[in-house]
Amino acid sequence: MSEFLDILKHYDVLGAFWVNIQLTFWGALLALVIGTVLAVMRISPLSSLRWAGATYVNIVRNTPLTVIMTFLVLAVWTQLKISLAHDFALNFFLFAVVGLGVYHAAFVCEAIRSGVNTVPAGQAEAARAIGLPFLAAARIVVLPQAFRGAVAPLGNTLIALLKNSTVAVAASVATESSGAMKTMIEFRPDYLWPIFLTFAVGFVVLVIPIGLATTGLSRRLAVTR
Amino acid sequence: MDEPAPALVELRGVNKHFGDLHVLRDIDLTVRKGEVLVVIGPSGSGKSTLCRAINRLETVDDGEILVDGSPIPAEGKALARLRTEVGMVFQSFNLFAHKTVLDNVTLGPRKVRGASRKDAEEEALTLLRRVGVENQARKMPAQLSGGQQQRVAIARALAMHPKVMLFDEPTSALDPEMVQEVLDAMVALAKEGMTMIVVTHEMGFARKAADRVVFMADGQIVEESDPDTFFTAPTSSRAKDFLSKILVH
Repeated sequence: MSEFLDILKHYDVLGAFWVNIQLTFWGALLALVIGTVLAVMRISPLSSLRWAGATYVNIVRNTPLTVIMTFLVLAVWTQLKISLAHDFALNFFLFAVVGLGVYHAAFVCEAIRSGVNTVPAGQAEAARAIGLPFLAAARIVVLPQAFRGAVAPLGNTLIALLKNSTVAVAASVATESSGAMKTMIEFRPDYLWPIFLTFAVGFVVLVIPIGLATTGLSRRLAVTR
Repeated sequence: MDEPAPALVELRGVNKHFGDLHVLRDIDLTVRKGEVLVVIGPSGSGKSTLCRAINRLETVDDGEILVDGSPIPAEGKALARLRTEVGMVFQSFNLFAHKTVLDNVTLGPRKVRGASRKDAEEEALTLLRRVGVENQARKMPAQLSGGQQQRVAIARALAMHPKVMLFDEPTSALDPEMVQEVLDAMVALAKEGMTMIVVTHEMGFARKAADRVVFMADGQIVEESDPDTFFTAPTSSRAKDFLSKILVH
């Protein structure tokens, strides 16, 4: 037990987790926005938009996140000289958020699409029948019901995103937890297991409430028909 | 004899296929302003498709459909505008499941016609009173009986001030004891002079409210007459056969 206290005293473990939580929050927000746009494209009546949405999902979903992160930092930042912020650390943080956002957007899109499948076709037909154009029908009638049906798969995507936020280390965000763990093991190889368990349990503690909350929410928000 | 009322809905040489299936064959049909037309026929005869084609929930392969003299637009804003002029009542009600009864009725006027919430709600309550479900205004659709839901659906369609109302088997999904309350609302509407195209097997309604009955089979209009003639003295063998099946159980 004293080993754990020792670790927590000498290293900023909570600070490292806090970086992951921030990465997750902003990444999820970005993924939700892009994913919703993609989902609308994939259900739109225009075949070119459907094609573009499907292409995005199929390419991004099948590319490893580490490849995307490394590309953003080594190619977009180093070679193309595109910077997201003047501050060095903030720049890497933002690149990591972009990487997490664009990658998980593909999964968010598919989660929302599975939610759209829970909405009977008659709902969209009724919306069109009273004169709502496609976008208004999607925004007012279809998507609100689709989100309620997609809470569980969206929760799974959020859990994946939280754990994947450790890949930000590939975008040089050294302060996040897997980066911190690496440093700690290098300096304190004698505390190998306590260090590992601290981070492993930390993530379990973060993830379990998300799972419980989404299960509860999806029950409470379910649309009664 | 009065001059006949102007044509409100016209179909000219309309054809539609679902794959190899020819669901609408050379349909020519005119519905005049104020007329109540009942479309009857065995399942798979194309009557629902015909109804849905008039507000372009189904596209047609060729032929023309005119509403109030102009061909129905293919897409975009013009199509959305046409749909406000053509009210639709579905077999499965299709009330917006996540919105209250009142919001179901006010949604169209507010989001499409740009009415204020206050005006839209005032009119919605009047319409709901007309179909006898005003006291359910604050409930969610799932809390209502099928008959009540279908009457709300009628009010929702009326809120757009349509020129013509389409009913696609409005009582087929209802428990028997709820059929009458919906038919009553429809008869009242017919008496007020609404132009209606009603796909139904309800003979009582046809006899009480219809000006004309169209019998469809295999995608074609087989017979067309006034309700009394159709039910008592059908001429085609298809109609005779069909009527013998629905009248004698």
